[in-house]
Amino acid sequence: MKTFSKGGVHPPEQKLTAGNEIITLDLPGEVTLMLGQHIGAPAKPVVAKGDKVKRGDVIAEAGGFVSAPVHTPISGTVVKVDTVKNQQGLAVPAVYIKADADDAAADAEARKNAKPARTDAEIAALQAGEIKDIIKGAGIVGLGGATFPTHVKLSPPPEFKPEVVIINAVECEPYITADHRLMLEHPDEVIEGVRLLARSVGVNRAVIGIESNKPDAIALLQEKLAGATDVEVCPLKVKYPQGGEKQLIEAVIGREVPSGALPIATGAVVQNVATAYAVHRAVRYGEPLMERIATVTGPGVAKPGNFLFAIGTPLTTLIEAAGGLPEDTGKVIGGGPMMGRTISNLDSPAVKGTSALLIFSQGEAQRRPIENCIRCAKCVDVCPMGLEPYLLSTLSRLKRWDDAEAEKIVNCIECGSCSFICPASRPLLDFIRLGKATVMANIRSRKS
Amino acid sequence: MQQLLFISPSPHVHTSNTVSRCMWNVVIALVPALLCALYFFGIGAAIVIATSVVGCVLTEYLITRFMLRQPAQIGNGAAILTGVLLGFNLPSNLPVWIVLIGSVVAIGIGKMAFGGLGCNIFNPALVGRVFLLLSFPVQMTTWPEPLVNTTSYPDATTGATILSQLKMGLIDPKNVDLLNGLTGQMGGSLGEVSAIALLIGFIYLLCTRVITWHIPVSIVVVAAAFSFCIGVDPCVEILSGGLLLGAIFMATDYVTSPMSHRGMLVYGALIGLITIIIRQWGAYPEGMSFAILLMNGFTPLINRYIKPAKFGERSKK
Repeated sequence: MKTFSKGGVHPPEQKLTAGNEIITLDLPGEVTLMLGQHIGAPAKPVVAKGDKVKRGDVIAEAGGFVSAPVHTPISGTVVKVDTVKNQQGLAVPAVYIKADADDAAADAEARKNAKPARTDAEIAALQAGEIKDIIKGAGIVGLGGATFPTHVKLSPPPEFKPEVVIINAVECEPYITADHRLMLEHPDEVIEGVRLLARSVGVNRAVIGIESNKPDAIALLQEKLAGATDVEVCPLKVKYPQGGEKQLIEAVIGREVPSGALPIATGAVVQNVATAYAVHRAVRYGEPLMERIATVTGPGVAKPGNFLFAIGTPLTTLIEAAGGLPEDTGKVIGGGPMMGRTISNLDSPAVKGTSALLIFSQGEAQRRPIENCIRCAKCVDVCPMGLEPYLLSTLSRLKRWDDAEAEKIVNCIECGSCSFICPASRPLLDFIRLGKATVMANIRSRKS
Repeated sequence: MQQLLFISPSPHVHTSNTVSRCMWNVVIALVPALLCALYFFGIGAAIVIATSVVGCVLTEYLITRFMLRQPAQIGNGAAILTGVLLGFNLPSNLPVWIVLIGSVVAIGIGKMAFGGLGCNIFNPALVGRVFLLLSFPVQMTTWPEPLVNTTSYPDATTGATILSQLKMGLIDPKNVDLLNGLTGQMGGSLGEVSAIALLIGFIYLLCTRVITWHIPVSIVVVAAAFSFCIGVDPCVEILSGGLLLGAIFMATDYVTSPMSHRGMLVYGALIGLITIIIRQWGAYPEGMSFAILLMNGFTPLINRYIKPAKFGERSKK
């Protein structure tokens, strides 16, 4: 079975919710839509206090090329355009919308019986550029968690020629099962989204990479794709960080993204499977990105599950749906346990990048005491980028930025494999992040 | 919110492996060889190993407690491991006071003087052994015969090892009984006699992923190939003396071996080469300890110049 060649770790999978069907949460009465939910320039609001909006309306337009518009999932009135404290507690601009009573019923009805906006014939006739415009207008961003605007990734610089679309259905992070459930419950829709993505970049080959711990999803998609020549399923050996873009490209087509180059240099365009589903919704139903699926889970969570929810819903609503915060909660993580960010403000709204909420107890939240480095070389062994984490971490600690740069600290993808594997519990990645940020700032200031 | 939430950078999960688990796994891997040592050398082996372990643990405890004034870390097993390894490198009739000197030097000078666990340049057990070899050459090179006088200490019947007999031309390499090398029925240091017991330990270390294959295999392959080239029987070289003990347990010491796989291969290859050179042309019949210590000194240099292949750097077209 294929996998990437360098390093990697295998944390306990803990896919507690793999058998839990996706539960659709009711549309909330109020939503708070952050304007910066994606990588790039924040969106610019196009509504003002008191404006009436309908479900699916644009409330903020893209703030530049690398940016994406934001849409409202509920009909109602704009309460205010103000700031909200985000998941890390920083004040960021946002639009507050409150549903009207009669609108709420109409929204629920529209959501239940969504009508296709385009027929099969119309979809078949779409040109690559038209598909890209639909995606851009729908505010679709990478739903794996990075939230990079999808239309930008589908528009590579002219010197690169896409050859293949790789669909990231790896879900290598422990605990998360949202993509797994999506493939099991909406296989045809996912496949249509994959084909649309391939057409949008003018290629007729797409590969869906799935780790072998999801045999049911692999079998189902293979069955649906029997006889198809344009889309194939590529089962992958379970290894973290296979969902990293560079690792996935190497695993699937065996090409390494050269250091410092864009992934498209290998001819591969990588998109998340949830993104493919969003593309299907946008093209077939004319529905912008205003809902998504997330796994809410954790060892002590009462009713962990996979939930379809409206973007802008308070995180507390999601946590309540999973049975509420356990008594001794010590940490709430947005995303998976390997790369997710801890959340300090649970009153903040869910965003496009909310792929999972992971709840740890007080005991699980704490780090082990740090011991001396015994130079066991396990960090070097597991680094998927072929770096030397022990060295980069030491150079960063000693503020030897130039040496860290020469050792290619900027190649680090911050997957956390080194910190995970360290028997001495050294916070390797903490120091490497610091060094990487400093070195990148130095490089930028040298250029300007 | 009644309780405060922890805020920390990722990753939020951690391997269950710890430093002490690594150390204890190596100790467990040494158990087959320990049992062989007790079987062949009896009470003497028990006394030497026990003294060495107690000496090492006590030295580390006293230094951390009263010189460094830090909490002692005996529980992580590092000092115990050094003690066992040092004991394995000594003959079973060595007087207790010499063993104690060896353990004080091993831990005190070999390890704690550099700053303790993880900071030393040279393998502490080998520092202790070589110190004793240079200071007490007679006692360190008289080897009790196996299975003779296993109940008395230290007045055992002694004899020379196969390697020193070969060196002095007392026996013909063709007459060496290799089966004894495999099972361990031959003279030598405590832990180095039975190849099978050491290989069981090696397999355990590989299965528990404490070490990788790179260092032991490169040592053995290069030592075998080189001795074959110079017309010496490779099987005799590998099965006798401390080669296997050194290759599996001493050269693979985390702290003093290189960090990259390629570096490990170079390090292992040079240890194999230097060992055979010392055995063939040096003054000593046995060269493993010196070869490992020599390459320990080169480890920082190897780490500096032999790096792992970086992703995206090698295949620039």
